[in-house]
Amino acid sequence: MPEPRGPRPLLEVKDLRTHFPIRRGAWGRVRGHVRAVDGVSLHVARGETLGLVGESGCGKSTLGRSVLRLLEPTSGSVALDGVELTALTQGALRPLRRKMQMVFQDPYGSLNPRMTVGEIVGEPFAIHRVASGEERRRRVMKLLDQMGLRADAYDRAPHELSGGQRQRIGIARAIALDPELIVADEPISALDVSIQAQIVNLLADLQKERGLSYLFIAHDLKIVEYLSTRVAVMYLGKIVESAPSETLYRRPKHPYTQALLSAVPVPDPDRQRSRILLGGELPSPSAPPPGCPFHPRCPHAFDRCKVEVPPLYDLGGGHTSACFLNEGERTA
Amino acid sequence: MGALLEIRDLQVELATARGTLRAVDGVSLEVPRGQTLGIVGESGCGKSLTALSVLRLLRAPPARVAKGQVLFEGRDLLTLPEAELRRIRGDRIAMVFQEPMSSLNPVYTVGAQIAEAVRAHRPLDRAAARARAVEMLRQVGIPAPLERADAYPHQLSGGMRQRVMIAMALACDPELLIADEPTTALDVTVQAQILELLRGLQRSRRMSMALITHDLGVVAETCDEVVVMYAGRVVERAPVRDLFRHPAHPYTAGLLRSIPRLEQGRAQRLWAIPGSVPALGAWPSGCRFRDRCDRATEICAQVDPPLEAKRPGQLAACHHPVEAPADA
Repeated sequence: MPEPRGPRPLLEVKDLRTHFPIRRGAWGRVRGHVRAVDGVSLHVARGETLGLVGESGCGKSTLGRSVLRLLEPTSGSVALDGVELTALTQGALRPLRRKMQMVFQDPYGSLNPRMTVGEIVGEPFAIHRVASGEERRRRVMKLLDQMGLRADAYDRAPHELSGGQRQRIGIARAIALDPELIVADEPISALDVSIQAQIVNLLADLQKERGLSYLFIAHDLKIVEYLSTRVAVMYLGKIVESAPSETLYRRPKHPYTQALLSAVPVPDPDRQRSRILLGGELPSPSAPPPGCPFHPRCPHAFDRCKVEVPPLYDLGGGHTSACFLNEGERTA
Repeated sequence: MGALLEIRDLQVELATARGTLRAVDGVSLEVPRGQTLGIVGESGCGKSLTALSVLRLLRAPPARVAKGQVLFEGRDLLTLPEAELRRIRGDRIAMVFQEPMSSLNPVYTVGAQIAEAVRAHRPLDRAAARARAVEMLRQVGIPAPLERADAYPHQLSGGMRQRVMIAMALACDPELLIADEPTTALDVTVQAQILELLRGLQRSRRMSMALITHDLGVVAETCDEVVVMYAGRVVERAPVRDLFRHPAHPYTAGLLRSIPRLEQGRAQRLWAIPGSVPALGAWPSGCRFRDRCDRATEICAQVDPPLEAKRPGQLAACHHPVEAPADA
């Protein structure tokens, strides 16, 4: 991703790596590493949405969790509003957690089943000692109202609510303390089709009203295009292409992005498909292929791709692509 | 060309802690010969229970067919003696499920499992059945099929396992394949491979297919006819082009409008159907969609709308169907 111009971005990630050791045998000796996130740089400006797409196992969820230090990165830098997060102790990190929150895929698994909705949404106020008693109740009620939930949800348990309502609770909890950054990991993929649009609209409204920044992780390319200012495509732990949303969807440069976009089923029976069918499957991130990680499946691969890792070429206009075919188009 | 499979007025009941609930309530549909019928709906609409009823695979209890017929070439599968049904199941009608890992036996190689499925219906010796298994693995596009036949399910990826399930389902050349969300658990590039495979096999074998899905994009690209289900009922039935060009039921129209299209951009808000998908048994009186419908009037609460023709070939269960545009 090219260096951001203008004011300092809210989130700046540089060369981030999160590797998990593979332990085998009776003594748990480390036999290798899963390179889930392998040298990722990105930034999110204030009030914008960076969409992060890729298939299962590409490392996008690990990246989201590493940014918030819900997972410990192996190396690299994560700066929120200029403050380096990777060097902080968990204690020093706690006050900063108010500024960055997460929305999870499974709104049921991430809500404590023994607590009422009022307690769940009110908990951030308690943990950070922001409000208590009647003031806390008033603020929770206001949040529920903003989420489009009825006041009687306050005393309910999560299992009494529908999937869409539970996701609204998850979002209410995340925005309770007015964060600046939300990492949303597949926030709508567990929801019914007729409910997805409601949650997408809610996220868009909240962004407009509060100037929130989103790192929006999803595999649904249509939703990502709709919500994102810019989009980054991940493959085997690396970003292979990123661009402003419109550019990426209209003029994808990386062969993987092209294949990914062409694979999305189009809800129009008259539309002619020109599908790029990929051979093979995603290789294991514990033994990534040499050279370009995509070369074993790439329809355009040539000899150089098998030995040399293509750098991210800057194609201008905020567009980068890690493919040798784009080398001639680079501006820097 | 008549229908190969016809479901008539099917009712499926579920025994729950809150009493017996009717999860499928009077579903009728037809799978045309040599074509693909899409069955679309959200969680709890009864689409999977309907599919499982066809081959009497419902888990009983809690589920039970309370009423209806499933006619396969004129014979009712629901009243057929078990021995006769077994000759049809897996041979003339086969099924593929969403989660291949739970449908494959972890302690046998995939080749042995396909061979066993073949030998259940064909008088082949072991060697011939094994050869058939390898041939099927080759047909579904598994590289190095001879070696992969000796692999155990856990040694294969999700996409490969789903190919194995399809190979097993097609090993006896069924006339009808019922596929219940066959690509939902897969990544989009693998989904494209599997759908291409199913389309190709369906055409080359002139097989009939019932494809159950919640993805309207998959329906548009794969199906000839479509049935839309909501809260245990069929609410619309139409040829695929008519359904996408001019849906008649407000639920279908709402689902189509709420899909963000690639290249649409973020200019306007997404259209959203209000409210939640009603829980089983918590269905409103009259039309079950009425409390989420912007066209609902008094009559919708009182009179359950019957499924009837609104335009040639297009049926909907609605008192106030969406009008077709003038050029339709």
